[in-house]
Amino acid sequence: MSTNDETQPAPAGAPAAGAVKDPKEPPQQPGRFDGVLREIVAGNAMVAVLSVFLAVVVGSLMILLTDENVRDTAGYIGARPTDFFSAVWTSISDAYSALFRGAVYNTNLEGFQGRIRPLTETLKFAGPLILAGLGVGLAFRAGMFNIGGRGQMLLAGAAAGWVGVSVDLPTVLHLPLAVLAGALAGALWAGIAGFLKAQSGAHEVIVTIMLNYVGYYLVFYALSKQGLLQAPGSLNPKSQPMPESVVLPKLLGDRFNLHAGFLIALVAVAVVWWLLNKSALGFRFRAVGENPDAARAAGINVGRTYLVVMLIAGGLVGLAGVNQILGTTTSGVTVDLDAGIGFDAITVALLGRSRPLGILAAGLLFGGLKAGGFSMAAAEGIPVEIVLVIQSLIVLFIAAPPLVRAIFRLPKEATA
Amino acid sequence: MTLELRGITKRFGPLVANDRISLTVGEGEILALLGENGAGKSTLMNVLYGLYQADEGEIFLDGAPLRLSGPGDAMAAGIGMVHQHFMLVPVFTVAENVMLGHEATGFAGTLDLDAARQRVREISQRFGFDVDPDALVESLPVGVQQRVEIIKALSRDARVLVFDEPTAVLTPQETDELMGIMRQLRASGTAIVFISHKLREVRAIADRITVIRRGAVVGEASPTATNAELAALMVGRPVELTVHKEPAQPGPDMFVVRDLRVTDDAGHAHLDGISFTIARGEVLGVAGVQGNGQTELTEAIMGLQAHVHGSIRLADHELVGRSVRKVLDAGVGFIPEDRQVDGLVGEFTIAENLMLNRSHGKPFVSAGTIRSGYLEDFAQRTLEEYDVRASGIQAKAGQLSGGNQQKVVVARELSRDLNLLVAAQPTRGVDVGSIEFIHKQVVATRDAGVPVLLVSTELDEIVALSDRIMVLYRGQVVGIVPADTPRETLGLMMAGERPEGTAA
Repeated sequence: MSTNDETQPAPAGAPAAGAVKDPKEPPQQPGRFDGVLREIVAGNAMVAVLSVFLAVVVGSLMILLTDENVRDTAGYIGARPTDFFSAVWTSISDAYSALFRGAVYNTNLEGFQGRIRPLTETLKFAGPLILAGLGVGLAFRAGMFNIGGRGQMLLAGAAAGWVGVSVDLPTVLHLPLAVLAGALAGALWAGIAGFLKAQSGAHEVIVTIMLNYVGYYLVFYALSKQGLLQAPGSLNPKSQPMPESVVLPKLLGDRFNLHAGFLIALVAVAVVWWLLNKSALGFRFRAVGENPDAARAAGINVGRTYLVVMLIAGGLVGLAGVNQILGTTTSGVTVDLDAGIGFDAITVALLGRSRPLGILAAGLLFGGLKAGGFSMAAAEGIPVEIVLVIQSLIVLFIAAPPLVRAIFRLPKEATA
Repeated sequence: MTLELRGITKRFGPLVANDRISLTVGEGEILALLGENGAGKSTLMNVLYGLYQADEGEIFLDGAPLRLSGPGDAMAAGIGMVHQHFMLVPVFTVAENVMLGHEATGFAGTLDLDAARQRVREISQRFGFDVDPDALVESLPVGVQQRVEIIKALSRDARVLVFDEPTAVLTPQETDELMGIMRQLRASGTAIVFISHKLREVRAIADRITVIRRGAVVGEASPTATNAELAALMVGRPVELTVHKEPAQPGPDMFVVRDLRVTDDAGHAHLDGISFTIARGEVLGVAGVQGNGQTELTEAIMGLQAHVHGSIRLADHELVGRSVRKVLDAGVGFIPEDRQVDGLVGEFTIAENLMLNRSHGKPFVSAGTIRSGYLEDFAQRTLEEYDVRASGIQAKAGQLSGGNQQKVVVARELSRDLNLLVAAQPTRGVDVGSIEFIHKQVVATRDAGVPVLLVSTELDEIVALSDRIMVLYRGQVVGIVPADTPRETLGLMMAGERPEGTAA
């Protein structure tokens, strides 16, 4: 009985890499440094960084196009080209130094406290971006597209705001209760999508997008209804301001707007890092995200995993909403509470490659763009939309890694 | 027409998939290209078919150099290919598929289907095929689909035909028929390149044999060479061809299946009331052509099927209605038929894959946290014990060769305490060395007193490993027979014929 001729052919496409897959020889092991280098050059991190760079370059072109001085000098570029090039240089360097002054360190001001203020603004903006980014990124890792950041933030903000204005407690109890209520509301709102996917296979993209509308109008209704969330005696769709007892404490005194929400974000980064990299639950999330079939065959309840990951993801996005209402816009709950963060979070998660530390970095970058965008607009008259263009271009380039690789002639991803 | 490949070299980055390969095949000759999976056979044929451009070397047809920049050129030059995975449009008819790519058109671009039908009939008649030009391809059995591929190639006047692993999807009988067709083609003057890793088939049909190993030609052999000689040439060292095993010492029945019925969502039965038992220390082989209920059987046992009726008892436990995790906890080891889909997470490391079905507690997890130290020790030990060739336990499973991937799956399952092993296609797409190893592991598992359910579409594997053989056909048991039943009888049973004197 011969048993040597029983193999089935390998799947098509396998032969290409065939030569190294000889079983008799362990795979070629490149040097340690070589491997690290390859990872850096070929890995997604490099693509992410280069995407940012490309976006900034294209953004610069747009700044030039909107600059009158550049346009004027371009009219007589043949006669006096130096005028044109110095105008170009002035335009771009002014724009980005304004961005830097607005986002990190303002050299135009006197005193360290004033100069460092932009950095604290950046951190303030970064807080909710990081939290919501974690929520989207965590869902990504389990193979779920959470597009419902807006609805989750609104529901969370409304819940936290409701606890804020309707419950009377000392701060030590009131603040944690409000935070918890917000996180819970976000979790439940996202959990609906997870539950429906687990039960009926309903696609979470559709469900979360639709839940954005439902959430928006639900909160709008509550804000327009006396006795629910609307400030007593008011006709505007807005709640009362948050009482002192639920406002997140300022971290650096009253001169700065930076509040404890940023600390919550940092803790969340650490927790999600542990969850994804060290915990059994995160292990199952990743297994389901990478290969749900194998996860199912390995006894992992895929449906329940979808539900659990959406609950946690929604909780994280909810904390971003809490961050807004109890920290940044304490003047009251409105339907604009999310300030676009629910969608920016998708960008943050993509740029951060859905890794907690990557999301931290991406959140800081986007916080900086947000803070700096205003000062760029104020100082140089550059439309604040340029920042949005840059953000969008980052996503565009990240979504097309082969394009970025081609532009910079990077080697292909090492998968041989 | 004589085809000659001279010094063909094809590189993919740093890998050399083909290293100065030269071969010739002449009119009315069958050249077999023998080699393991991943030896570079398919790459070479893709060069010949114009899908890849060779980095070095040349192709000559009747002494004239040939430039191929795509399959169109190859076809025009008279080179046809019967692909391993059929290149047919399932919702088209036979005639439409045959004309695809060189459609004859009439007034205002209307398709001249009649011409195509005529062509199909003509070629079918010449070779005695029974193919209806108007049948939808998806409604045809696999063996007939392959004939459509052959007709397609011949309709373009192919004088050189390449068969890429053509028997992988066929029953033994269909394989015999295919060989008849190949002989007929040879007699009519066609030059044939037959790619395979199956020694018996190569010896049965080839005029000459060229053996390829790791991208290079390592030798020529005549069809009179023995299996052992060919295998040694193919693998590069002497190979143990038979599975050494003592006669089974079956204990009491441990695994009992009664009236098992599995239906799909639409209510069609894929398994229709099958019953069998497996004793302790016994291997029950499940033979059958692919798609006769084997997948549903293993998935029903594992709790992966939705509509399961009847009873599956392991010792004192009823498995029907239990979750996958409960089934695994009952001590069932599962080697799924497609490791890439159900067995491994390609992006996970070897270590992570080794704990894939044990993320719910000890020994790998405590207090919700993965004990990475324990996992690394375990993975390191397992890697050595199961001879997994990889750069380390942190290597990604998706980057391993088929044989090493399968060893990871086998290691994961056999490193648990088992009461039953369900092995589906355990050596599909696996190199000879790993096959030997996996077969030894299966026998060792049996000898440790574990009942083993072995599902394979490879009759040789079933015959070599089983103590009893159950043949499935269209979701029913044709019969359960002793392992020494003649191949011919088994082949007939696989086609649904109930042998005399056996009870289902």
